[in-house]
Amino acid sequence: MENYLVAMAVFAGLYGLMALGLNVIWGMTGMINLGLVGFMAVGAYTSALLTVRHATWPIWAGVLAATLVSGLAGAFVARITARLKGDYLAIVTLGFSEVVRIIASNEIRFTNGTDGISAIPGPFRGHVAPATFNLLYLGLVALALLVVFLLCQRLRHSPYGRVLRAIRDDDQVTAVAGKPVMRFKTEAFAIGAAITGFAGALYGHYNAYIAPEGFVPLITIYIVLALTAGGTGSNVGAVVGAALVVAFMEGTRFVVAEIPGLAAVQVAAVREFMIAALLILVLRYRPKGLFPEHHPRHPIPDTTP
Amino acid sequence: MLAHLIEELPQLIVNGLVVGTILALPAIGFTAIYAVLRFPNFTVASHATMGAYAGFVANVWFGLPVLPSLAVAFIVPAISGLVCDEYVLKPLRRTSAATGPMAAAIAAVALTIALENVIRFVFGNDLRGYDLPVYRDWRFDLGFAFLRVGPQQVENAAISVVVMAALFTFLAFTRTGKMMRAVADNPMLASIKGINAETVARLASLIGMGLVGVGGMLLGLDTSIDPLTGFRAVLTVFAAAVVGGLGSIPGAVVGAMVVGIGEELSLLVLDASYRTAVGFVAILVVLTFRPRGILGERAY
Repeated sequence: MENYLVAMAVFAGLYGLMALGLNVIWGMTGMINLGLVGFMAVGAYTSALLTVRHATWPIWAGVLAATLVSGLAGAFVARITARLKGDYLAIVTLGFSEVVRIIASNEIRFTNGTDGISAIPGPFRGHVAPATFNLLYLGLVALALLVVFLLCQRLRHSPYGRVLRAIRDDDQVTAVAGKPVMRFKTEAFAIGAAITGFAGALYGHYNAYIAPEGFVPLITIYIVLALTAGGTGSNVGAVVGAALVVAFMEGTRFVVAEIPGLAAVQVAAVREFMIAALLILVLRYRPKGLFPEHHPRHPIPDTTP
Repeated sequence: MLAHLIEELPQLIVNGLVVGTILALPAIGFTAIYAVLRFPNFTVASHATMGAYAGFVANVWFGLPVLPSLAVAFIVPAISGLVCDEYVLKPLRRTSAATGPMAAAIAAVALTIALENVIRFVFGNDLRGYDLPVYRDWRFDLGFAFLRVGPQQVENAAISVVVMAALFTFLAFTRTGKMMRAVADNPMLASIKGINAETVARLASLIGMGLVGVGGMLLGLDTSIDPLTGFRAVLTVFAAAVVGGLGSIPGAVVGAMVVGIGEELSLLVLDASYRTAVGFVAILVVLTFRPRGILGERAY
């Protein structure tokens, strides 16, 4: 039970990281990303391929490379659609995550196909007891989450973040104000994608095993749900939302298992349905989330004589 | 190498035309909904699957022939598409003019997963096939190459062509069809002329998702169906719509042909499992060089 809770805490941390990444893209800059799981997969695969399958880089180097590669992938996707309406970005990101999954399933020599990659190293795995490894990794993820959170907070309150929010609210006005909107959009998307890929790499090193079927669109829904429930635009909301989503997901596991007469596939279907339905309900009834983003307000000068 | 190429080419082009003709239906549905409602309705994935399963129930459980089953494959997703838009997506589009359409797009992804799981709950993950008479493939000797065509493929393509012809007649000659085009073209002018945009929007969801459902069943007739049938086709459908010009109905037809043939021709150099990735590459190429698509956004 303790191990289980620790594992769930690790997952909450990883989802928290990805929700922070999405917050830079969607919350701060207003760009849609329906292919988050694709960037997560790019990160997980990059690090796994470099640390176990095709090279024996140290873990930190693999994770660093994963962050860079997924950031570049993000920049590429954003660049292609930067001039176009958000609808195109929605289609391209959704397509991107599918293509990543297709490549991972079919480049068998490169990625081992649907069998996935196993024996991905974790820090001190094998040298300490599994329970200790879990706790150690939880500490690592918590540290990573704290660092990324502080960086995102810094970003949010910096002039740079102000430009991003201006783009979100009206990119034409921002362009008229002389800001290179394309560059800001591309960079923001790349930063968000890099954070998502970083979390993906950490996921691979924790799980020790990755396979294409682990990177399904439902994961994108988890992350969007985490950010929306927490509060789009708010970094605190992203982290808290992620913890709530993991708790909800695990809660449904126990609740649905209690319903008598359901086959395994039906149990899975009910859980996926509940999560998708929850996102729709939150978007509809709590679109600002639990921690609504608050803007610094300036008092309106008194003009009455 | 060249002789081999010439031998393969006619077969691949014929296959591509058949696939393109069938894919044109869901692509038209997606693009028509986009033209009127102005957001990408990603529930096309689950509605294609729903059409395939509705047709399956009619065909296998109730023993109906293919054509009446296709009618069922139109009606069920059409009603579901209308209800989903009315009660789930429309309220979200209304929340704000700037982020509303994007919130609706996000919700549509969630909704498609929800609907897919409803189907999975009822039918399970097993592959299912239709009850069809078995025909022998027709073979043609072209002199330099052999061509193999399945009668079922030809029938599917023919059905698709008839449905498209009916749709174009509807849009070109009926009052309601003209209203739909007017709203797609310029909603403000249309409303000045007294056209009720709400009705037109409902009609777009109804017809659009119906076409998607028919397309889903036609895709399944050739092989078998499972809860991911629609999801696997969806990238190609987006590609067809974007390549032709998002929001343009003739564009969707042209795009479907281009992507269908392109996917088949890719078999000359790529493994078959990469077929759907070709659609994505087509999207990237078109967005880079001609973002409005071949026929231009909203050509119709």
